[in-house]
Amino acid sequence: MKFRTRAIHVGNAPDKETGAVVQPIHMASTFVMPAAGEPTGYDYSRSGNPTRTAVEVTIAELEEGCAALALASGMSATHAAMLLLESGDHVLAGTDIYGGTYRLLHNILNRSGVAVTLADSTELAKFEAAIRPETKMIWIESPGNPLMSVTDIAAVAEIAKKHGVLLGVDNTLASPVLTRPLTLGADIVMHSATKYLSGHSDVLGGALVVKDQELFDRLYFGVNATGAVMSPMSCFLTTRGIKTLELRVLEQSRTTMKLAEFLVEHPLVAKVNYPGLAIHPGHEIAKRQMTGGFGAMLSFELDGNFEQAKKLVESTKLFQLAVSLGAVESLIEQPASMSHASYAAEDRAAHGISDGLVRLSVGLEHVDDLKNDLEKAIAIATGESKVS
Amino acid sequence: MTTTETKLNSPKEKNTADQSQANADKSATRKLSTDAVHAGEARQKPGDAITDPVFCASTYTFADSQSIIDFIEQGQVREEYGRYGNPGEKVVEAKLAALEGAEEGLLYASGMAAIVGVFMSVLNAGDEVIFFDECYHRSREFCYKHLARFGVTTHQVKTGDFDAMADAINENTRLLVSESPTNPHLSVIDLEKFANLGKKYQIDSMIDATLATPFNLRPIEFGVDYVAHSATKYLGGHNDLLAGVVLGSREKLAPVRNLRGVTGGINHPHSMYLLSRGLKTFELRMQRHNANGQAVAEFLESHPRVERVYYPGLESHRDHAIAKSQMHGFGGLVTFLIKDADWRATADVVDRVKIARIAPSLGGVESLIEQPLLMSYYEAAPEDRQRWGIYDNMIRMSCGIENTGDLIEDLNQALGS
Repeated sequence: MKFRTRAIHVGNAPDKETGAVVQPIHMASTFVMPAAGEPTGYDYSRSGNPTRTAVEVTIAELEEGCAALALASGMSATHAAMLLLESGDHVLAGTDIYGGTYRLLHNILNRSGVAVTLADSTELAKFEAAIRPETKMIWIESPGNPLMSVTDIAAVAEIAKKHGVLLGVDNTLASPVLTRPLTLGADIVMHSATKYLSGHSDVLGGALVVKDQELFDRLYFGVNATGAVMSPMSCFLTTRGIKTLELRVLEQSRTTMKLAEFLVEHPLVAKVNYPGLAIHPGHEIAKRQMTGGFGAMLSFELDGNFEQAKKLVESTKLFQLAVSLGAVESLIEQPASMSHASYAAEDRAAHGISDGLVRLSVGLEHVDDLKNDLEKAIAIATGESKVS
Repeated sequence: MTTTETKLNSPKEKNTADQSQANADKSATRKLSTDAVHAGEARQKPGDAITDPVFCASTYTFADSQSIIDFIEQGQVREEYGRYGNPGEKVVEAKLAALEGAEEGLLYASGMAAIVGVFMSVLNAGDEVIFFDECYHRSREFCYKHLARFGVTTHQVKTGDFDAMADAINENTRLLVSESPTNPHLSVIDLEKFANLGKKYQIDSMIDATLATPFNLRPIEFGVDYVAHSATKYLGGHNDLLAGVVLGSREKLAPVRNLRGVTGGINHPHSMYLLSRGLKTFELRMQRHNANGQAVAEFLESHPRVERVYYPGLESHRDHAIAKSQMHGFGGLVTFLIKDADWRATADVVDRVKIARIAPSLGGVESLIEQPLLMSYYEAAPEDRQRWGIYDNMIRMSCGIENTGDLIEDLNQALGS
């Protein structure tokens, strides 16, 4: 069956007892045992819940893994992956990563004696050179956030394999519609399910998917011990969202491509970061590892200063000023003051996150409406009155 | 943009020279997706949240006694008690009204509650209602079993026979009712004729457009007074809520709103939230339902084991011309007859289908399939079934949004050779 059909049906068999075409939401915190110590498959909701199982089966299916874990947030998913590490271990991560991941690596994991190096994962030789004997995990995002850098996942997987290091890929921005990192050699796929998977700005969730049962068992042990599981309501809403995942991501990608083409031509835009553009340095890799589109995130540099970019993000009428991404509503933000404010200022500069950078998460609105909105906001921000 | 008045309420353009071109132009300029995401919602919401909260409150507090007096005397717009309104209800009603090109919408607990809401507020003892005979069997049942008890007389005339409908009109007639497309035959009504007949005799007209949805058809543009939907179907779209809606002008809906406040067939806060959430992908889903419906209908029509296919998007359909002229697409419901099959051989086909699930209802992302004889007309008399065109070898499939090839492949194996 094709992706879209599997998204609707796998993990979603009708309820056995009632025939309900949509499975019930099991809110139960605990499950009754017929005899002491003999659970019927579920015992306590942190350890497992039928509603959570359903969404885990669906996500594992779409990422072509053997099993998945649904967690309370994207960060709890990343954290759960990092629980595989021990004191003395080292993580090598890409430079174009989510600010929250940066914070987890630098300000939380360091307390457990785990060391971190950030290196540009698009420069394979330099990236490989940053691997140390104690490196246990490589962590990358593709496309990266917020510069939309594209990392060759298959090539990094080769490097990881060569050094016997686990490769984790944050696949939030591409979603399994466009990229399935496990098929490219990654060991762990992580999602902020808050974004495209649930897709409606009304769920906080995370997911981990693997293709190896032994690795899954280790991850499950950590999650069950620490307990940051996805709530039953969020599992239900995520399952519901996944049913339109492919439609949404493909449509949002088409709209984003058109907006990128519009912005590239705009005289007041200095640079557009979108892997779908031929001028993007990662375009050729993106064409290979992204199927059906190049995602619904883009960033661009306004030909202006911090204040003007701030004014821009505050002037749109349809794009709403908020962090997060991946939902039906279009969002706009200034990474320097919002999503990547948790980076140290010098790191931000070093990683190319300029003050004039504006990030868009493109939703399901009509492309003409979004284009008009951006055009007017750019004019307001730059004091340029010419609005076509 | 979210200002629906300018974009969606524009009168239907008349272009008799090339109606299909007009439809193509109309679809090109329609931006339902922006309204589907944003219409009815405040830009800045409570708590600055990106989505509307679910108000579960059954009642709403007044600061003091004077506030109650001000509320009543000044006709203030605010919540009072859950049966009279809910903030989430207002959001989804405004969103549906924007999509439908209607002034207002009224949300109900189910599609039947919505239709009954109109019947009970428009009709009084001694009044008469006329409807086209192809319809949801529960709508028919309500008229004959329940409205009759309140002294309302029902006439049903052959679907699409406007002469018969005109003949049935007398001085007591208060309401003309039809579905379009009808269920399960997917007959399409000439809505201009229908609305004009009502206007000529000053009789209200109501269309149950559940099968069309405002993506494919907007009856108000043709002059119809009330549009009803089972929002359980395409509008909610995920087979996980029950809801109904009636749409129309503020004036026409005033008595219906009043009755709803009294009788209380209201929707639930969680359902209205899920409905609003479902509507955000409305355009994408409808595009897929339409594409799957058309492809499945064409496949079935070419299959040697299929005797007949009812789908308005097929040239062979009796109402194809009128459907093409007034609809943007033809939906995901396809009805067909198995050649030389009795009820059992027909049931065998249904039972062999793997993707579509056997269940009543329609319009969700999951494909559903059923044999009307068993699902809805099992207890009906054979002569009634014959009269209503419910044949033993009839199958109705609600095409979901799955991959088209998967659905066709599955049907192909189920039909066998």
